[in-house]
Amino acid sequence: METNPIQYEELELLLNDLYKRYGYDFTEYSKASLHRRVQRLYTLDNFPSFAEFRYRLQSDSHYFRRFVEEITVNVTEMLRDPSFYRTLRTTILPILATYPFIRIWHAGCSTGEEVYSMAILLKEAGLLHKALLYGTDINPLVIEKARKGIFPVSQMQKYSENYIQSGGVKDFSTYYTANYHLAKFDSGLTGKMIFSTHNLVSDFSFNEFQLILCRNVLIYFERELQAKVFKLFDYSLENFGYLALGSKESLRFSSIADRYRQVGREKIWRKVHEAG
Amino acid sequence: MKQDNKLIVNAGSAGSLQVVLAVLTAMGKDYPIPVLVVLHRNNTFESSLEELFASRTRLVIKEVEEKDAIQPGVVYISPADYHVLIEQDRTFSLDYSERVNYSRPSIDVTFRSAAEVYGSGLIALLLSGGNADGAEGMQWVRDGGGLTIVQDPQTAEVPYMPQQVLLRMTVDIVAPTEELPELIHSLAYK
Repeated sequence: METNPIQYEELELLLNDLYKRYGYDFTEYSKASLHRRVQRLYTLDNFPSFAEFRYRLQSDSHYFRRFVEEITVNVTEMLRDPSFYRTLRTTILPILATYPFIRIWHAGCSTGEEVYSMAILLKEAGLLHKALLYGTDINPLVIEKARKGIFPVSQMQKYSENYIQSGGVKDFSTYYTANYHLAKFDSGLTGKMIFSTHNLVSDFSFNEFQLILCRNVLIYFERELQAKVFKLFDYSLENFGYLALGSKESLRFSSIADRYRQVGREKIWRKVHEAG
Repeated sequence: MKQDNKLIVNAGSAGSLQVVLAVLTAMGKDYPIPVLVVLHRNNTFESSLEELFASRTRLVIKEVEEKDAIQPGVVYISPADYHVLIEQDRTFSLDYSERVNYSRPSIDVTFRSAAEVYGSGLIALLLSGGNADGAEGMQWVRDGGGLTIVQDPQTAEVPYMPQQVLLRMTVDIVAPTEELPELIHSLAYK
């Protein structure tokens, strides 16, 4: 139990510093969660005072990189919420199949487990050959990991269960090669993926997609920032494209809600009108 | 202190469900303090927990949604597999970061966050359970000036969780299971 808690006013100072010095804007992140992450790093790295923590971040860009890696949440898994993936299989992919070319954006993809999950679904639907999956995240370290497609073997049993629950009928282990404690996913999957850093707060739209997935990212943003990101997604989505959110996130209170229709009970919305 | 500056966090793990139910059942529908229930639970029973509480109590039962403003007369239930945090403006945030004490939701995470916002207005109740989650959080509640209550381990179905608190600190109240409903009920009128 640390004895040196960071005050919320100090957190605000720090965030303003970082915006001015590095152009990364965390000021519209939800503060309770961000405070907890910053406090955790501060304690982990044994700073004697907040002033020294603040100075180190100002003066050492390598340490700022560590800050970005540590305060962003990088928890993810393959085929999380199997019923969501089942709906993708049964309802969304048959419609995407009618397009000559399919572009999908995983915004805030972390280490890429979700992108690999999608590639498996596309492969089983016979669509992977005409699809491109873009995975982006603010954190360069997780993007490097995502490119490698190597995940802990210890997770595979859980992922295999998710896979079966999502409607998968093959042997999940055919998608990777296990070597000691690591599982490397098939390069046929990786070949259809493009990974890059992208900051949802400050970066622009970079393509037009038929499906955008952004799951368990918006919960870390304050309402105004959520609204901006929804606009970015709306702008990046073709008419009749789909937007998929996390199981506790919703389009309901957003300014774009009236032009979208929810698909069944899952957190998937279809764009039914272009912006006026 | 005005009742709208208060929050009760009712937390537990294995063996706590019946106690939570008894505590909620004893509350009238005009119970003036908002209640947050944080239970370690299995994903597959997710929806039935709200239904169970709703069928047995007179209160409004609601699963926590991010950015919900905390209102009296409502019992908020932590969703499975997310940490629940409280913002300075007394709205909820959800967080899908690493497990804490092998748990998500973690009771420590919620106790600490609630202590930072509610301070002396926080009432923390820790019940039966089989791991140490909540023990450090109770120290944050105490340091923030909040009221600390544990279920008497001798009467708890799984004594480990309240025992871990008592090994670390002295709490304000150690109450046997059968006295908890009346105790929590009476807090509303102090």
